[in-house]
Amino acid sequence: MTASNPAKSKPGFSLKGIFQRPEKAYVHPYLGGALLGVVLFLAFLLTSNGLGASGGLNRLTAAVEDLVVPGHIDRTPYLLKLAGGSANPLDDWTVPMVFGVLAGGAISGILNGRFKVELNKGPNVTPRTRLFMAFVGGAIMAYGARMARGCTSGQALSGGATLSVGSWVLMMCIFASAYALAYFVRKFWN
Amino acid sequence: MQPIFPLEPFLQPLAANPWTYLVFAAIGFFFGFALEISGFGNSKKLAAQFYFKDLTVLKVMFTAIVTAMVLIFLSAGIGILDFSKVWVNHTYLWPGIVGGLIMGVGFIVGGFCPGTSLVSASTLKLDGIAFALGTLVGVWAFGETVDWYWEWWNTSGFYGRLTWMDLLNVPAGWVVVVVVLMALFMFWGGEKLEAIFGKRDLKLEPSTRKYAAGALLIGAVVVLLLGQPDNAQKWAKLAPAKEEILSARSVQVHPGELLATMADDRIRLVMFDVRPENEFNLFHVDGALRVNMDDLARLSKTLAGSTANNTVYVLISNNEQIATEAWKVMVAESVPSVYILEGGINNWLSIFAANEPEIQPTPTPPSGDQLAYQFPAALGARFEAAAPDPYEWKLEYTPKIVLQTKRDKSGGGCG
Repeated sequence: MTASNPAKSKPGFSLKGIFQRPEKAYVHPYLGGALLGVVLFLAFLLTSNGLGASGGLNRLTAAVEDLVVPGHIDRTPYLLKLAGGSANPLDDWTVPMVFGVLAGGAISGILNGRFKVELNKGPNVTPRTRLFMAFVGGAIMAYGARMARGCTSGQALSGGATLSVGSWVLMMCIFASAYALAYFVRKFWN
Repeated sequence: MQPIFPLEPFLQPLAANPWTYLVFAAIGFFFGFALEISGFGNSKKLAAQFYFKDLTVLKVMFTAIVTAMVLIFLSAGIGILDFSKVWVNHTYLWPGIVGGLIMGVGFIVGGFCPGTSLVSASTLKLDGIAFALGTLVGVWAFGETVDWYWEWWNTSGFYGRLTWMDLLNVPAGWVVVVVVLMALFMFWGGEKLEAIFGKRDLKLEPSTRKYAAGALLIGAVVVLLLGQPDNAQKWAKLAPAKEEILSARSVQVHPGELLATMADDRIRLVMFDVRPENEFNLFHVDGALRVNMDDLARLSKTLAGSTANNTVYVLISNNEQIATEAWKVMVAESVPSVYILEGGINNWLSIFAANEPEIQPTPTPPSGDQLAYQFPAALGARFEAAAPDPYEWKLEYTPKIVLQTKRDKSGGGCG
């Protein structure tokens, strides 16, 4: 690792060094999938819950709303369940999991030289458009995920592994819709 | 010995054991790590899935699903994991279908799903950060608009806890084998597509993947051969501890307590009458539902994972005999808060039908779990004794019903 990093005199930790590590290749998809599967299995085995991402984001949003407009929360049935009255919206397993995911992603990024500011986009699209698309896509995705009571992690992975009928149907719908639309947005990615 | 997994502290409210939050954070850590090393922090890699160039998404997702699935059902098969306590996403068919179609749009437009955008953001990818910020707006917008279609969202195509083995009525092992075969077929086809659209040289792929596929298939076949514990086997494991509860009479509720519970708005009372249909038609407690013993085991599987904290089940037969058998069936499936009506219908009638001249004891006392009373007509719940006025009767009894607090798993996840 240090060989390709001649600017550094000592091999020890330096803040700047974490951005300059050589980028390593991703692991083989089947290996990555098997590791992810073991994590998913351990989650179910120990805690009875699978994995989740959008649930934690939902609760973080509700927590902010609870600070700003607590009365509004108490008048909205959906938010009432999360943060109504004295309920703490952050008292849920999905919240520590979100922070764990951020930490795990960052550590892996640092170890593999992928922890750096960059923008991934198709060659024919401007950075501004790509950022706008990502933001809009995120909003659409999260809206759908809440409607479906789960995202790719909480439904497709978790419900997929426990053989939930609804989760499998949902998973097929995600892929079907993305494939159906892929042709029309091909300029953004190719 | 009952299965030790899932661990008990995780079935209770988490705040009772603060260390459980750390376990979830640790699981999240490895989740994020596994996603990142697989390339899920890179939107180009994710989007390539939909142009058949690089099927990493399909491979990683389905490898994860089938690996976890085989391990889960192996653990349940050898009896260390109680699958009825494992959270299975409830099926809300139509919100799932519409939500899924919307998610697909977000996926191809934005290039991520919520989990992968977090990983991408954590490695400072600007598009990942933009997507993650977008998800916050999306969940906010959902909370503000779901009122418009609240009823549809909560009831449309709702089937509760529904698995493929419940739906098709086949052993779990068969489903596991079929899903593994399907995944392997998709991987095979996916690699062919990559060779065509992504110009990938399949000769460079590691041959170990074939051994891994073989191991996975063997695991699935073992699940099939092992089978899943049936109701009787589950009861056998629990019997030593639960027989004590039965003989200590701590789950047999007095008719007076049942009456008080019926009038208690804070408790959601579900009464299952397990007697034959003709006896149920003659007389039953108002509000009781008749259930065949054969259906009870199947029903219990769905109740175990979807029972609200304030739900209490009371089983009713003519005396207690058959209700106790039904209690064993439900407890074996880990249904919480199950009780038995003490002395059954006969005991109930001895108290509440005392002033009803139409209901008379049978000339000969019954043997076994049979009715000890005779009725002028099959009026079901239209006797006065079927729905006594709770404020009229002052009865002395020892309360047995204890509400348990359980963690609401559905509130999290993504659900």
